[in-house]
Amino acid sequence: MTLHYDIDGENFQTAGEASANVKKVLRQLGISTDIIRRVAIAMYEGEINMVIHANGGVADVAITPDRIEMTLEDSGNGIPDIALAMQEGYSTAPENVHELGFGAGMGLPNMKKYTDEMKIESTVGVGTKVFMAVNLK
Amino acid sequence: MKIREIVELLEADVLCGADRLESEVHSACGSDMMSDVLAFVKDQAVLLTGLVNAQVVRTAEMMDMRCIVFVRGKMPPPDVIELADDSGLVLLSCRERMYVACGRLYTHGLTGGGVVGE
Ligand SMILES: Nc1ncnc2c1ncn2[C@@H]1O[C@H](COP(=O)(O)OP(=O)(O)OP(=O)(O)O)[C@@H](O)[C@H]1O
Ligand SMILES: [Mg+2]
Repeated sequence: MTLHYDIDGENFQTAGEASANVKKVLRQLGISTDIIRRVAIAMYEGEINMVIHANGGVADVAITPDRIEMTLEDSGNGIPDIALAMQEGYSTAPENVHELGFGAGMGLPNMKKYTDEMKIESTVGVGTKVFMAVNLK
Repeated sequence: MKIREIVELLEADVLCGADRLESEVHSACGSDMMSDVLAFVKDQAVLLTGLVNAQVVRTAEMMDMRCIVFVRGKMPPPDVIELADDSGLVLLSCRERMYVACGRLYTHGLTGGGVVGE
């Protein structure tokens, strides 16, 4: 099964809708709550990053008998130093984003922590592609 | 602890989920940074926060939490209350500041919970 979402970069209010929908679908499929929570948190962090740092993008989720794969792709400014961005506490988020509850520099580390596989490809000025997978067995 | 006891201890207003106050909750966390909340999957069921935007509700939803307490008398806009109600969350608002609200719940037995899967 595959799911596709357009993530609106203009609207902070609706950010998280895609993740909430994925969560609902996984629940209907009878996936265990622990796995659902890991997928939901990882996808949600990625979705928020696209809204806050990249002006939106697209998300594709593939559910197979073995694992759940999430691919988030945007045409934002890209990440110049991925290793640095992956560090806990590193954030370029401006003050107004802090007031919304984001910018702790914990999103990418959380995504890594909750998934079994994570790959980031990013080109400055072109965009960022984040791939994550959570194994079902 | 039942959510009803949280309402009493904090003299909180119930913004939505008045029919869900008998739910049992066993741990809580307090933060204004959502990724900090998302960093530790314990079995926390209650989030205390000073923020009132839709992402607070989304964060609680992703974490399977049951109840959000807005501190310092903060009031979320109606669409945020509606989003929470649809997700089956209880929303409370109390006048206390974060430190006092957390402390009062903690001393009455609502702790931080054990860390799972660390
Ligand atoms: N999709 C993206 N496009 C461009 N830059 C990104 C993207 N995702 C992350 N970044 C960069 O990597 C940094 C670290 O991201 P991370 O999600 O860990 O923290 P944050 O979003 O700043 O704060 P938090 O996730 O804790 O709210 C960001 O501050 C930003 O500079
Ligand atoms: Mg982030």
